[in-house]
Amino acid sequence: MTDIIQPQASVQTHPSRESGTNTPPPLLKVMDLTVGFDEDNILENLQLEVQTGEILGIVGASGTGKSVLLRSILGLIPKRSGRFVIFGHDMEQLSARDRLKVERRLGVLFQHGALFSSLTVLENIQVPMREYLSLPKRLMNELALSKIELVGLHPDAAHKYPSELSGGMIKRAALARALALDPHLVFLDEPTSGLDPISAEEFDDLISTLRDTLGLTVFMVTHDLDSLSQACDRIAVLADRRVLATGSMHELQGNSHPWIKRYFTGKRAVRQWDKS
Amino acid sequence: MAPQGSDIAINGQPPYLTADIESAPGVLVISGDWTIETLKDADLLVTSFLESNKGASYLDLSGLSLLDTSGAWVIIRLMRALAIPLTDETPIRPDHRSLFEAVAETNNTPPEQNRTSSPVINALEKTGEDVVEIYSDIKILAHLMGGVMASLFTSLIHPRRLRLTSIVHHVEQVGVKAIPIVAIMSFLVGAIVAQQGAFQLRKFGAHTLVIDLVGILVLREVGILLTAILVAGRSGSAFTAEIGSMKMREEVDAMRVMGLNIIEVLIAPRVIALIIALPLLGIVADISALAGGSMLLWIYSDITPASYINWLREAVAVNTFMVGIIKAPFMALIIALISCSEGLQVGGSAESLGRRTTAAVVKSIFLMVLVDGVFAIFFAAVGY
Repeated sequence: MTDIIQPQASVQTHPSRESGTNTPPPLLKVMDLTVGFDEDNILENLQLEVQTGEILGIVGASGTGKSVLLRSILGLIPKRSGRFVIFGHDMEQLSARDRLKVERRLGVLFQHGALFSSLTVLENIQVPMREYLSLPKRLMNELALSKIELVGLHPDAAHKYPSELSGGMIKRAALARALALDPHLVFLDEPTSGLDPISAEEFDDLISTLRDTLGLTVFMVTHDLDSLSQACDRIAVLADRRVLATGSMHELQGNSHPWIKRYFTGKRAVRQWDKS
Repeated sequence: MAPQGSDIAINGQPPYLTADIESAPGVLVISGDWTIETLKDADLLVTSFLESNKGASYLDLSGLSLLDTSGAWVIIRLMRALAIPLTDETPIRPDHRSLFEAVAETNNTPPEQNRTSSPVINALEKTGEDVVEIYSDIKILAHLMGGVMASLFTSLIHPRRLRLTSIVHHVEQVGVKAIPIVAIMSFLVGAIVAQQGAFQLRKFGAHTLVIDLVGILVLREVGILLTAILVAGRSGSAFTAEIGSMKMREEVDAMRVMGLNIIEVLIAPRVIALIIALPLLGIVADISALAGGSMLLWIYSDITPASYINWLREAVAVNTFMVGIIKAPFMALIIALISCSEGLQVGGSAESLGRRTTAAVVKSIFLMVLVDGVFAIFFAAVGY
């Protein structure tokens, strides 16, 4: 007697991340993006690709539009022209329903956490679950607690309010909320800013670990050279309204553009170089 | 596990949980998509399997297609209930294994639950908290009051310590800018009182007494009380929000560290400005309310403004006006002190700012009405 449901024989085999022979299509593709306010264009014909399973760091001087890029991908800022292809879907050609499905697959960690101050950590993590899924309360509690521990918080933090948490705990709780719906692509806006070096290093390790275990793809805006050298697989440099160069830290150190040169061969960067 | 490439779960397959008792007893085969998209069905499968008490001793996870932390947790819940650990022999894809191992480390210990107590205990606890809060409110108000007095005395000796610029700024904010709304509102209230009086007193043939009614009611009570309530809503809430957001952004702490006296810099100018502005607004309110009454009686009862003013001079005296206006500085003090003290008590969250602003308005209006009643009793007793 076979009960419940007949199994399906089809078991898909997925190309693993390490197989470099035929590269899978990029998870996120930004094509010819132009964003501007008033008369000025902040970004002009910007091209960017995020590969599946990588941690991409975005760097650039203040005011070059790192946050604008992040916010326009998330749809928080209107774009003047350009296309976003996320998970192989052109966002503009999707119906509103399908677009929501794609957007549910994105997680965001805002710079200051953006936890809802009137809700506990547990309730904060459950907000997206409540909004999109009709799950029993018991299951939502278990899932939220599981997320809390996955990001390295103690379970006792579940019933605390954001005002009772330290800076590092807020970032972790916000990451747990970003992971609530098991996103495939996570956007981090300066995740280690305002953290002490130990917390920042732990956070970098956490992101690498989650990438390896959960198979996340990470889009990270950061100024932290430690994060860039330790966590990021690839770095994209934003300047002159576009992506000036992409590559690993080592590759970018050989770049001749004056700003990139100063950024990656400055005293702070050289100390990184010495360490690694 | 995130899906690879473009196979976003717009189209997916359902989760499967199969126990083939005849050919492979005790073997539980889990396959299909176990992700957040299919989680509701997955949870139902697991729950119904556990309720059927079939039991299993061996898991086959090699057929899993898509898996994420949520799906992994549901499977781990099943494994914990059946007491089957994930061993090296369990058939599973290697990338799924690492995900399983990460999720399996979570949810082992339940977090400290907030204790729930009976409603009676809760009510008692709340009452006790309220009493303590009233006590601490009184303490803070006394502290601020003393601080403002002290800074006033200091400014007698050192006039330059009085923040004149700040006082003038606040007089403009709470006084000058409030004149239009206070005037319009009082004009309407005066007209409404006159209209009610005109219709009700006409029944007794005493319609000329309506001028006495409007004059005394407006000058003694309504003019100043309504103005004070309006100012509490308009400026009291602004004081709380200003000081509260300065508190939230550590500006108040920065001032303390620089050796600035918070009461001298933030509180005293607001208190003094309101004590100057509210009586003046009261006078504006009195005049426009009387004008409103006059206009209405001209239209409804054919009493010309000239005879209205003549009758008014018979009906009211300077003391009628003074009874009202003498209350204004006290009400100003109540509004300013309560809203500043609530502002200083704002905590870290946006919610607490909102709660404190509401509390400032409610408390100051309540106390003002109370004080108004005390004044009424006092004036009646002294026969003023």
